[in-house]
Amino acid sequence: MSKELEHLSLMVVRGQLNRRDFIGRAAALGLAAPLATQLLSSTAKANPVKGGHFIMGLNGGESTNSLDPGVAATTVPQVVNFTWGEGLVITDPVDGSAQPWLAESWEASADAKKWSFKIRKGVTFSDGKALTAEDCAATLKRHSDENSQSGALGILKAIGQNFRADGDNLVIELEAGNADLPYLLSDYHLIMQPNGGFDDPASGIGTGAYTVETNEPGVRHLLKRRDDHWMSDWAYFDSVEVLVINDGTARTAALTGGKVHAINRVDPKTVGLMKRAPNVKINNVSGRGHYVFINHVNTAPFDNVDLGLALKYAVNREELVDKILRGYGSVGNDFPINAAYALFPDSIPQREFDTDKAAFHYKKSGHDGTPILLRTSDAAFGGAEDAAVLYQQTCAKAGIPLEISREPADGYWTNVWNAKPFCVSYWGGRPTQDQMYTVAYHSGADWNDTRWLRPDFDKLIIEARAELDQERRKQIYTDMALQVRDEGGVIVPMFNDFIDASTTKLEGILVDPSQPMSNGLIQCRSWLTA
Amino acid sequence: MAKNFGLGPVASLLVQRIGIGFLLILAISALLFIGVEMLPGDFARNYLGQSATPEAVANIRKELGLDQPIITRYLGWLGGVLTGDFGQSWANKASVGDQLFKRLSNTLFLATVAAVFAVPISVGLGMVAVFFRNKLPDHVINILSLAAISMPEFFIGYLFIFFFALLLGIGDGPPIIPGSPTWSLGNVGLVALPAATLVVVVLAHMMRMTRAAILNIMDSAYIETAELKGVNMMTVIRKHAAPNAISPIINVVALNLAYLVVGVVVVEVIFAYPGMGQYFVDAVRVRDMPVVQACGMVFAGVYIVLNMLADVGSIMANPRLMHPK
Repeated sequence: MSKELEHLSLMVVRGQLNRRDFIGRAAALGLAAPLATQLLSSTAKANPVKGGHFIMGLNGGESTNSLDPGVAATTVPQVVNFTWGEGLVITDPVDGSAQPWLAESWEASADAKKWSFKIRKGVTFSDGKALTAEDCAATLKRHSDENSQSGALGILKAIGQNFRADGDNLVIELEAGNADLPYLLSDYHLIMQPNGGFDDPASGIGTGAYTVETNEPGVRHLLKRRDDHWMSDWAYFDSVEVLVINDGTARTAALTGGKVHAINRVDPKTVGLMKRAPNVKINNVSGRGHYVFINHVNTAPFDNVDLGLALKYAVNREELVDKILRGYGSVGNDFPINAAYALFPDSIPQREFDTDKAAFHYKKSGHDGTPILLRTSDAAFGGAEDAAVLYQQTCAKAGIPLEISREPADGYWTNVWNAKPFCVSYWGGRPTQDQMYTVAYHSGADWNDTRWLRPDFDKLIIEARAELDQERRKQIYTDMALQVRDEGGVIVPMFNDFIDASTTKLEGILVDPSQPMSNGLIQCRSWLTA
Repeated sequence: MAKNFGLGPVASLLVQRIGIGFLLILAISALLFIGVEMLPGDFARNYLGQSATPEAVANIRKELGLDQPIITRYLGWLGGVLTGDFGQSWANKASVGDQLFKRLSNTLFLATVAAVFAVPISVGLGMVAVFFRNKLPDHVINILSLAAISMPEFFIGYLFIFFFALLLGIGDGPPIIPGSPTWSLGNVGLVALPAATLVVVVLAHMMRMTRAAILNIMDSAYIETAELKGVNMMTVIRKHAAPNAISPIINVVALNLAYLVVGVVVVEVIFAYPGMGQYFVDAVRVRDMPVVQACGMVFAGVYIVLNMLADVGSIMANPRLMHPK
């Protein structure tokens, strides 16, 4: 069963997707309806088991961590905060779309400027108080006002500060239309707190399915399930424990030795060995992060479109995924978006490794034959230097003279990236296509590291942002992707996977491209079998 | 020996050393403060990391008074410490004193368990090596201890985890989180593997110093006399040589004990053990000044106290210093 199908059927089991939609999506994946139904009934047998004590061993926790969601930056606080707290919106693990959570529904004005989120009724905080629209407005205020110390301040700038409670609704008015507002609200900092957390931001009181019992930053966090959570079929464990294990080998030992049930950040180099352990399974999912070779399209010789195309055809993407990511990734198509994004332009054909085409465009470009200098460093991503060497060899097959310069890791992000005309780099991805293009492909963006300066393209970004018609929006994103793919300075050989691992007893794991550990919700989505 | 103020040699040394110790700690706190200040990026920027916006950074700086001159901030911190208040962690607002106590207690527990085994074993092995000087047991002890000291401690730790915790099922692998209270017999078994790693790491140094110090004495005329009058060799080492070699041994033991407390960061990381080292490193990473300062002072204090004890021990082991004319 393909991974995607498995997840689709799990969602049906959990009531997050209805049968008709399931069969529709399964058909899109090439599965006939009778087979889809059969598949569904076999998955449905895997009924969630309640109870048990679930232990995670996670990388990315420090003694300096706080329960204040505003200052969460690493994995452990993200997971812990999602255990006791919840946001208004969550993203769909399969198609990346925004789904109702504490906001039970929403509507927007035709220009996507005025939004109204209906706050779910019957939701209580762990201190017994009911969640109100006022709490939600106060939470957004705390993260965005002039005294904010929140990591979400950057995102909330796009929202402004004009939000208010109106009965059961949270009303947000924007300066400029933004169809992606619900996505922005799925940010992991924006956890709804009583009175917005103004009284005590680190109280750990939220609407989540578990309550905080022990909070020892950098060591362990213990949480117990509360019985009055609003969502059924959710959060099956009696208690959840997060242990901080920052060392990779120690994490692996903890999982194989049975001291924890699940770990994050498995090194691609050791995945093969771990797979051999009988009681361990690997849960990997293609995230939005991508490894890139970037050139400045306003600088010679990269201002020549044919040279750009030659460099793109000369990448052997499969080989790079195989050798650099050990297969734990997927090939890129020279635009910064993959299927993990909502409205992914799926109609664009995959660019293949083709030495003939590369040679053809190289000749057509009239390049004088001087070596093209590519700067690289393992600071960009693990294996970046090897990737550059592999690229050099495939370029040579097409007659393109590529020269590699190894740069010191210290200072790579200030001295080389976004400064030199051709280098290796990494992008972490963003929740929406709009954010990805805005941050790196808008003429005014500080991080426009390919010098992609096109007023027409900027207009497309803004047009798509305010477009509520999804079909039309997808069309705009397809046009944008095609422009970047064929004329842009970004070469995207691959997207890397998040690689988590768990014991085989952990069932119902729903991998999620947003963040590792099922977007920090593995403790709510999965269960342990005996 | 300096003036003894009418006190015995031990008491006068203690008075002097304690006075100097306080001055040293004060100087170290100032150096540490300046050092953290010189690291690139301040707390506000490092704590928020990638998601830092200029506004949020400015708000944190204002709240913590990072916009004040360095002297004002240092004196403010010092004033708090002199009244026994180590302040709150800037990062998670938790009391530094409470957290420090817990972490220090964990580290001291691990160090003590390691020391209880390491010191007798290494001194004993040193004596055995002298007894079998240049014979097979001496060579075996030397080769093994040199091999142990040449391997990085993370490697030894990984070997122990792999062979004992994973393959044989003996002892606990990471994460090792001592149950409460820390100082209990039950926790001794829990920390067996990290403690064993530390024992292996410090063993060689102490063993070889013991061996060298005793060998040095063994060449003296009075040892030869003892041998000639037919005293058993092991008794010669134990009763005649070892007491005279005790001073250098005490010094190397003190040095290694200090290492057990302040140098265990690597072992703490690979066993995911919640000790001082990890706490310190996390605080330095985000420039959490109150925590960095408190940890730095504890580490300095451990060194100063152990050195003082070593000197006191050396005096007490030497009748000529104990009863000066």
